[in-house]
Amino acid sequence: MTTDIKIVEEAKKPLSMHPQKFAMWLFIVSVTMLFMAWTSAYIVKRGEPGWSSFELPQEFWTSSVIIVLSSISLIWAQVSAKRDNLEMVKVAVSITTILGLAFLAAQWLAWIKMVEMNYYFTGMGSNTSSSFIYVLTGVHGLHLIGGIVFLLIVLVSTFRYKIHSKNMVRMEMCATYWHFLGGLWLYLFVFLVLNR
Amino acid sequence: MATTDIHIHHETEHHDDHDHEHHEGNFWTTYIFSQDHKVIAKQFLITGIFWALLGGTLSVIFRLQLGFPDMNLDWLKPVLGEWITPEGKLDPEFYLALVTMHGTIMVFFVLTAGLSGTFSNFLIPLQIGARDMASGFMNMLSYWFFFLSSVIMFISLFLETGPAGGGWTIYPPLSALPQAIKGSGTGMTLWLVAMALFIVSTLLGGINYITTIINMRTKGMSFTRMPLTIWAFFFTAIIGLLSFPVLFAAALLLIFDRSFGTSFYLSDIFIGGEALPHTGGSPILFQHLFWFLGHPEVYIVLLPALGITSEIIATNSRKPIFGYKAMIGSMLFIAILSFIVWAHHMFVTGMNPFLGSIFMLLTLIIAVPSAVKIFNYVTTLWKGNLIFTPAMLFSIGLVSFFLTGGITGIFLGNSAVDIQLHDTYFVVAHFHLVMGSASFFGMLAGVYHWFPKMFGRMMDNRLGYIHFWVTFVGVYLVFFPMHYIGIAGFPRRYYSWTNFETFSGFADLNTMVSVAAILTLAAQFIFLFNFFYSIFRGKAASANPWNSNTLEWTTPRNPGHGNWVGEIPSVYRWPYDYSKPGAKDDFIPQTVPYSETPESNLPHENELIRLESSGGDGSIIVEGNKH
Ligand code: HEM
Ligand SMILES: [Cu+2]
Repeated sequence: MTTDIKIVEEAKKPLSMHPQKFAMWLFIVSVTMLFMAWTSAYIVKRGEPGWSSFELPQEFWTSSVIIVLSSISLIWAQVSAKRDNLEMVKVAVSITTILGLAFLAAQWLAWIKMVEMNYYFTGMGSNTSSSFIYVLTGVHGLHLIGGIVFLLIVLVSTFRYKIHSKNMVRMEMCATYWHFLGGLWLYLFVFLVLNR
Repeated sequence: MATTDIHIHHETEHHDDHDHEHHEGNFWTTYIFSQDHKVIAKQFLITGIFWALLGGTLSVIFRLQLGFPDMNLDWLKPVLGEWITPEGKLDPEFYLALVTMHGTIMVFFVLTAGLSGTFSNFLIPLQIGARDMASGFMNMLSYWFFFLSSVIMFISLFLETGPAGGGWTIYPPLSALPQAIKGSGTGMTLWLVAMALFIVSTLLGGINYITTIINMRTKGMSFTRMPLTIWAFFFTAIIGLLSFPVLFAAALLLIFDRSFGTSFYLSDIFIGGEALPHTGGSPILFQHLFWFLGHPEVYIVLLPALGITSEIIATNSRKPIFGYKAMIGSMLFIAILSFIVWAHHMFVTGMNPFLGSIFMLLTLIIAVPSAVKIFNYVTTLWKGNLIFTPAMLFSIGLVSFFLTGGITGIFLGNSAVDIQLHDTYFVVAHFHLVMGSASFFGMLAGVYHWFPKMFGRMMDNRLGYIHFWVTFVGVYLVFFPMHYIGIAGFPRRYYSWTNFETFSGFADLNTMVSVAAILTLAAQFIFLFNFFYSIFRGKAASANPWNSNTLEWTTPRNPGHGNWVGEIPSVYRWPYDYSKPGAKDDFIPQTVPYSETPESNLPHENELIRLESSGGDGSIIVEGNKH
């Protein structure tokens, strides 16, 4: 039996990234576009006659602080996971989750305050400016609920020893999303403060 | 004698075949809730064909009204029921609903979901050498969101108040106030719900397409070796990812205005002498948001068709595509420009004329990359060994429509000229040629060309030729006269021509257009017959019936789950080595290494073959070097 050996040039493996992480980034891009659309619309609207400026309730400051803290505790969780300190991961992710819920509570209180200040979402007394605040905070809140679900998934995976230094994908995707939501909120908050 | 290919790679991972093959699904997981990209593609195709038929039928109904205004339509009563008035006429509000649904169905359900959904799904993994999409599950979800959206849109056709009636662009305040017309009632609500689901489906699909193209390419498939189809799908998905969320934003605010009493788009409206509570909104705001999606959307519809055409024209001219990089560059340029020209749809909304001039300038620049593409198609055809398969004919038809319709775009893009032409039949003629017909032809070309890969059988050529010629002539007969009607000033979306003395001169022309429309629709049944008959009875296809270079033709005749039986083939060259001087055949598939074709290699290609001995096991490593 003879063997015929062909020698060919090597076909290089093209550059690639983890597909799921990559998809997460694309999802973030589309959410960004959603809020870009609204904030641009807001600016257009603000330039037109009939705009009424407003005061932002104090609670938004509180929630901003909370969300920054939650990102810090999630970074702590990431670092602990890299060091395989799983007990710490559980604590840190739990804290992040609780802070996330606290953020939502603060937003809710802010809404109550806004109603007290006569800024309504709809109806006779409502104004486009206040309607916009409800839309921006509300849709951000919905995304944040998604983030909390993601955190819970990570928490469960930690208890099942599925997250450790060799298996960081889920943790990293969750962190990417959560930090994005934090950044998004800070952007919205600063935007609203500057464009009242 | 055994032939072994020694490919020595710095192998780090074996392709994860594990959870692909070996699974024998039941009927439900194989055909219905399948995660296989090829099955999902066929699901999109069949659903798209269904919608195309429905959308086409709706247009023929309103063409009856326009072409034969005195006709008694009582015979349509069994289908349309109360929408035919006691005098045997089409209800004027239903006319508006027909136009709206025709536009919505064609733009979104046929030419977005049907086109991208079918060919991105089918071709991306096959042409880049992947086992499947990055996430089969998301891909399946994408189809089922589309399906749900389709069901809701379909149900809206049967509402007592009729489906949405405010035009496919659903401008408020018309679309926001149920008091305005019947079509702004429940029909509009369902339209918005259906479109929200549709957007979710498109985003799921698009994220998958981009992820797959970037991360799942086989060895050797560098960006500059990707077929232009893949490039086109890639840009399409990116445009969709950036623009559809904006439509979502616009639609959500409209939903709030309609159902929750906000006033983003509404202000100072009096109905029956009474002021509505809405104050402070701006309907123009909606137009800005809508067209920020709307203009990119027309390229979402067109680019896949252009990609398909590039592939088919190169293959059937037996020549490399002319200006491969220029093709990519012009698509990129078009994609970028498409985001900064939206206000050319709004020249007459009272915008600042200076702003209008800026948008005019940007709009006219689009003509440059468009012309580059047309030029490249023609130069690819030039002196080629043309093989006129039906797919080739449809591709050439696309080039023709793209040119004819693109030229009228330049008229419309001039903000001063547009004052006369806006909202007339001239616009209708423009976009039906450049977008509607061109993309439709791209889609048909794709079906004819990849049918053998989809179903393992050939479609009948003769029926294909008849289908092509009737459709091609029919399209021009339908849309070319509309230019004249439009220049004369007849507005689009009007129920009747006969009320204005000025337009009665066009009565005969309109009758001709309607007859042509009916014939064109009828010709599609030739295609339908050919399609379904060939699925079951067509001639069995060979593995590579068009002698094509791309990877999908290296799969088995009916590729199973996972596409390739053994290892995924590696890629060594670009996909357009047709009629290469010195080569044995007039095509060299992408899987053939340069080291096997010394007779046809160009000097720089010879340099890619560089021998090197490895350190460890004493074997010979042959390394490819990029550029
Ligand atoms: C040379 C390039 C093009 C230019 C300069 C151009 C310009 C324009 C302008 C100015 C309008 C607005 C007309 C009006 O409403 O008064 C328009 C409408 C339209 N164009 Fe184009 N266009 C071009 C190519 C295309 C292409 C390639 C497509 C699709 C693939 C397309 C699809 C449409 C559609 C769908 C509309 C009408 C939308 C509607 O009002 O319902 N155009 N075009
Ligand atoms: Cu446009």
